[in-house]
Amino acid sequence: MTAATAMRRCEITGLSVDRSAERLIMLNAVTAVVYLAIGGILALLIALTRWQTVHLLSPQRFYEFVSTHGMVMLIFWILFFEVAGLIFASTVLLSARMVIPWLSWVAYGMMFVGSVVATVLMLSGKATVMFTAYPPLRAETHWYYAAVLVFAVGAILAVVHFFANIVAARLRGDVGSLPLFTFALMGAAIIALWSLVSGALALFPVWLWALGVLPEVDPGIYRLLFWGLGHGAQQVNLAAMVGVWYGLASLTTGARPLNEGLSRIAIVLYVLFINMGAMHHLLVDPGLGTWVKNVNASYFMYAAVMGSLIHAFSIPASMELALRERGFRRGLFEWLRRAPWGEPGFAALVVSMVLFGLLGGISGVIIGGPQVNMISHNTLLIPAHFHMTVVAGTTTAFMGISYYLVPLIFQRQLLFRRLAQWQPYVFGLGMLILGLGLGLAGHWGVPRRHWDITFSTAPALGMNLQELRPEIAAFLAMVGIGGVIAVVGGAMFVLVAVATVFVGQRTPRPAVGRIIPEAFSPYPAIAGGAGEPATTTHRGFEVPGTLVISVAFLILFIFLYGFSWFELSRVPWKIG
Amino acid sequence: MASRVSALAKPRGVWWEGLGRDERLWVWLVVIWGIAMFVMIAFVWPLVGQEQNRLSSYRVDPAAFVAEAEAFIARYQVGQLDGIPVVAPPPGGDVYLDARAFAWQPVIQLQRGQTYRFLISSRDVQHGFSLVMPPHSINVQVLPGYVTVLTLTPEKAGEFPLICNEYCGLGHHLMIGRIVVTE
Repeated sequence: MTAATAMRRCEITGLSVDRSAERLIMLNAVTAVVYLAIGGILALLIALTRWQTVHLLSPQRFYEFVSTHGMVMLIFWILFFEVAGLIFASTVLLSARMVIPWLSWVAYGMMFVGSVVATVLMLSGKATVMFTAYPPLRAETHWYYAAVLVFAVGAILAVVHFFANIVAARLRGDVGSLPLFTFALMGAAIIALWSLVSGALALFPVWLWALGVLPEVDPGIYRLLFWGLGHGAQQVNLAAMVGVWYGLASLTTGARPLNEGLSRIAIVLYVLFINMGAMHHLLVDPGLGTWVKNVNASYFMYAAVMGSLIHAFSIPASMELALRERGFRRGLFEWLRRAPWGEPGFAALVVSMVLFGLLGGISGVIIGGPQVNMISHNTLLIPAHFHMTVVAGTTTAFMGISYYLVPLIFQRQLLFRRLAQWQPYVFGLGMLILGLGLGLAGHWGVPRRHWDITFSTAPALGMNLQELRPEIAAFLAMVGIGGVIAVVGGAMFVLVAVATVFVGQRTPRPAVGRIIPEAFSPYPAIAGGAGEPATTTHRGFEVPGTLVISVAFLILFIFLYGFSWFELSRVPWKIG
Repeated sequence: MASRVSALAKPRGVWWEGLGRDERLWVWLVVIWGIAMFVMIAFVWPLVGQEQNRLSSYRVDPAAFVAEAEAFIARYQVGQLDGIPVVAPPPGGDVYLDARAFAWQPVIQLQRGQTYRFLISSRDVQHGFSLVMPPHSINVQVLPGYVTVLTLTPEKAGEFPLICNEYCGLGHHLMIGRIVVTE
């Protein structure tokens, strides 16, 4: 097989696309969206159960569905999509070939079989152990653990193939410096490798224990290893999402990162420090000392937070610069007013950055401190935090980039463009209401993964939490209403994606919004405007608008951080 | 000055350059903020706060813990509530709290303003100690085979629900205990 027959040249971007890579991207992406749809239906039912007034599901169904929803969304949807992204970033974006196609097929096969078996077992009530599967709580069947392990090994193979592709492209001399998008995914892949290995190390003994080979598993050590995966996998999402943010900024505004080196250093900070986030789940665990918790959860962790804050500045700054270069130079914010708000990718980028930053990031730093964690551990504040990061942040960003990559990879005309334009806003609004509802209820002490906080069926000592403070009912209503709106937003995405893939008109030149061919080119033409070179147009600050936004964000961060300590000080019991 | 390229394209040539004025300002702000947060957690709050995360713990055989907890209940029991023993430990003393699917045992009666050392463990699966006092809660993890040691001083009288916030099985939502604080 010669390279000529195996590659096609994209008429829009000019990139050479390896056909076998393309097929695997399609397969992984379609599988991801199927899992997103399944998880979304479960999300709706769960939200309508936590809304205590509606209280839809029976307890057993509720716990089955929470288990399945967690696994399907946090692991299956996200990882299948990320594998598609890894293949894309290591082949298509580099105009490079996929070096070992069979390895990706094996990886896909293992991930597919493992995920289907695990999902079926969870849905049928054979493994109602939640995403975390903490021993000594045991799934009814050891096949559940085996299925998750098979999935994990498949995912490890997919990640290894990503590295193989890049090393091969490097050796062939096809690529010098990686595009920033690929560099971010490289960061994600490094974190993924270590997370998946940690997860496999946690689950393998549990599988042996379920088989009866091992007499017992230490629950404390399991938690330490498991959270290497549980939180680590979310850091994979973070690094991948940041890559997608940069990509969307370039696609929708022609942005070019302000300082390539700084952005890359920020990604390296993730790789070096963010796995310490795993400690966040162990802050009120027995078995670990105070300084292990302090140093891992705050000192090292903040090096990764700095990385995020650098991206939070660099991405809007690069867009501001690009838009200013197009002539939107008046005042601080003309560039922002004239930004392409009707472009689905830009809308998704803004929704994702705002919700991730304001709610997801800040809440994570706050509840990740060992002291404040005592008033938030395992309350609904925890799902509030990770729904703002993984769903409002990562998922919205992934949806946004799909509006460009799906037409380009599948070579189909995007259908329902109007729907796509509104989708990020609808989804974001739903997630905002859901997140605030979860967060407030959690702060008021409502636990996560709990069927009935009225304790109406408790055999003894029942107390209705909603009667202690009636506003809790309103917070849980927000969870229900926000959940419904978010699911509608998610369904809009699934509809656009599925319709485009299966009935969109075939064309080698799909219309992809404002996508600029030069977004894929290392030789940028001076775009639009007066065409003055960017370096001579400013005397003061280069990106004053972004500085104002960033400093305002930092002030809000400091305020909320201070407020969290104030709240801790108001706890009517002395601790420690 | 090095040329800037799209995030989706391979940069050519030398792209490494110094930070501009804007980036330098922001990076400094961010570094200072990161250090400030660490200092708050590691040094400031431990000096000024009334709520400290100073959990300690030790390993235990679950059966031995259950025996100690039962001896504790027998010694200080003052009554019964819904069939669960109510225990009034001496001020400043140890309080054994025994978690199992799906109950906390015993009901604990404390005096306001007195300090107690809670020894919490589970006899079966993982549980979550969550003392709810909306708009707040106090939460620590409870593992079988480990005792979580937590020092608490109630400063408000009342009846506080003690719920489980770690999923522990299909009856998770039935698991509730109580701590009663008297004047």
